[in-house]
Amino acid sequence: MASHEEEIREDLIKKFSYLEGCVNIVRPRRIAIEVSPDNFTPVFAYLAKDLQFSHLCTITGLDEPEKLGFIYHLAADSGVLVNLKTAVPKNNPVIKTVTPYFPGAEIYERELADLFGVKVEGLPAGHRYPLTDDWPKNEFPLRKDWKVNKNA
Amino acid sequence: MHNSPDFKIPIGPQHPALKEPESFSVALKGEKILGVDIRLGYNHRGIEKAAEERSYVQDIYLIERVCGICSHSHATCFVQAVEEIAGLAVPARALYIRTIIGELERIHSHLLWLGVAGHEIGFDTLLMYSWRDREVVMDILATITGNRVNYGMNTIGGVRRDIDAPQAEAILNALTILEERTKYYIEIATEETTIIKRLSGVGVLSREDVLRLDAVGPTARASGVKRDVRVDDPYAAYAELSFDVITDNHADVYGRTVVRVKELLESCKIIRQALKNLPQGPIAIRAPRKIPAGEALSRYEAPRGEDVHYVKANGTEKPERVKIRAPTLANVQAVKHMLRDRFLADMPIVVAAIDPCFSCTDRMVALKEQAGGRAKVINWQALHNFSIEWHKQRGIDFAPLNKKLKERLAR
Repeated sequence: MASHEEEIREDLIKKFSYLEGCVNIVRPRRIAIEVSPDNFTPVFAYLAKDLQFSHLCTITGLDEPEKLGFIYHLAADSGVLVNLKTAVPKNNPVIKTVTPYFPGAEIYERELADLFGVKVEGLPAGHRYPLTDDWPKNEFPLRKDWKVNKNA
Repeated sequence: MHNSPDFKIPIGPQHPALKEPESFSVALKGEKILGVDIRLGYNHRGIEKAAEERSYVQDIYLIERVCGICSHSHATCFVQAVEEIAGLAVPARALYIRTIIGELERIHSHLLWLGVAGHEIGFDTLLMYSWRDREVVMDILATITGNRVNYGMNTIGGVRRDIDAPQAEAILNALTILEERTKYYIEIATEETTIIKRLSGVGVLSREDVLRLDAVGPTARASGVKRDVRVDDPYAAYAELSFDVITDNHADVYGRTVVRVKELLESCKIIRQALKNLPQGPIAIRAPRKIPAGEALSRYEAPRGEDVHYVKANGTEKPERVKIRAPTLANVQAVKHMLRDRFLADMPIVVAAIDPCFSCTDRMVALKEQAGGRAKVINWQALHNFSIEWHKQRGIDFAPLNKKLKERLAR
C-alpha cells in the first residue's frame, strides 16, 4: 500500500505532468518539489487549497549564486511538510506574492526583499523589514558577495 | 482634532508594554483603536549571516542566543536539522534529555509569561507569586545544565550532559512543588473574577483568523486550533510520550491564559514520563566536523509556538545557509488584527498575550574554578564595584556626580 507521502506525489504528478521526476520524498513527512517560476503559482495554489497544506511555515531565500532560490515551506495538519522550491535569475529577480493565499506571508516576503533584493510582485505597500529605513540601496546582506566587514 | 481619525500616537520602539524594541503607530478615535501599524527589525542582529561564517559547533552556541528565554528550543531545532543532513542516529537517551530540558524550559517560560500578564493588568501579586515559583524550575535547570538560560546542553549527535539519579530525584521533587502551585494558578485563572473580567473579550482572534494569518503556539490553540509540532511532526522523544494538546475556545487573552497554565501541568506530566522511561546508553555519538551536502527543515514546538529552522550544507565545516523563523514573527501579524476596534488601554496586555520574546539573564553569578573546585562567588556589591572600576578605566567616572547628588539631598 502506498504511504500518505507517495499518495501526495502521485496526486501531484497526475495533476501536473511536468512534475514527473521533480517530487522527492526525502523522509517520512518531508517532500521536496522543484518547479520553474512559470509553473510555480498553479502548483502552490493546488497544494495550499486542494491538498490542504494550509500552513505556510516560512519562506527561505538562497543565493545559489547564479540564481536566487526560494523555498516555500508548506505544512499540512497531518504533519507532512512540502518544501516547494523555485529559482529566478539573479540579474532580474522577481517573484509573485503569495499573500492572496497566506496574508501572513507579508512579513516573510518583505524579509526576502530586504535581505536578498528580490522584487515581490503584488506585495501591498508597507514598512520594510528588517533593515532600517536609511539602509543603502542595492546592499543585500544575505547575498553571498555581501561581506560583513565590507563597509566597516 | 483629538477625535479626528487621523490622530496617531507612536508607542515604542522603546519597550512598548514590555522590554523589547518594537514600534507601533496607533490610529485612534477617542480611546478606540482604528488601526495599528507595526514596524519591526530593531533587534535584527544578522544571526543568519553570522551562522554562514562559523562552524556548525560554533553555530549551536550562536543560535542558542537567538532568544534569551527559549534558547534550548532554537539550539535543538538547529541540531535536529544538521543531524538529519548528516544522517546521524542520535541515542535515545539524548532525545529524552532534550525533551526534559525542553519541557522545563516551557515551564519557566509560561510562568514568566503569567507574571508579565499579571503585571500588565495591574495584578502584581500574581507577578510576585509566579516569578517566585519560577525560581524552582530555574534552580533545577541550573543544577542540571549549569545555567539559568543558554543551557549549552545540545551538541550535534546528542547532548553534552547526562542526568544522574540524584538530579532526577531533584527534578521530581521540584515537579511536586510546581504541580501544586500550577493547580493554584489554574484555580486563579478559572475562578478569580478580576482576571476573568479583565481578560475576557480582549484581543479576540477568531479561529478563521488564526488559520488565515498562520498564528502558532498557545495563540493558535486558544482559538481552538489544535496545532502542536510535538504531536503533528514529532521530534526528540515526543512520539513515545503521552500528553494532551491543550486547546480553548475563548479566542481571547483569557483563553491564552488558560491554555498556558494548563500546559504547565502537561509539561510536568511529560517530564515525569521521560524520567521514568529514560533509556540507558550513551548520550551522544560522534559527529563529523564536515557535514555532507544536503538540506533539512526542522520544526520544534517552542513555548511561544512553532519554531522553524532550515539548514543547507555544502560539504564543508560551515553551513551554506541557515534560516530561522521564530514563533513571534508568525504571531506578531495577528496582533494588528486583535487590536482593531479595541481600547487603547488593552494594548499592553494584548501585545503581551502573544508572549513576545525578550531576554532576562541578569543575575548574581557564582563561578566555580574548574581545576580546584573552589567556589568564587561574586556578590552583587562586588559586581557593582567591578562595573564602576571598569568604567573608570575607560574614562567614565560618576563619583563627582554622585557627590553632587549627595550634597543636594543633604540640603
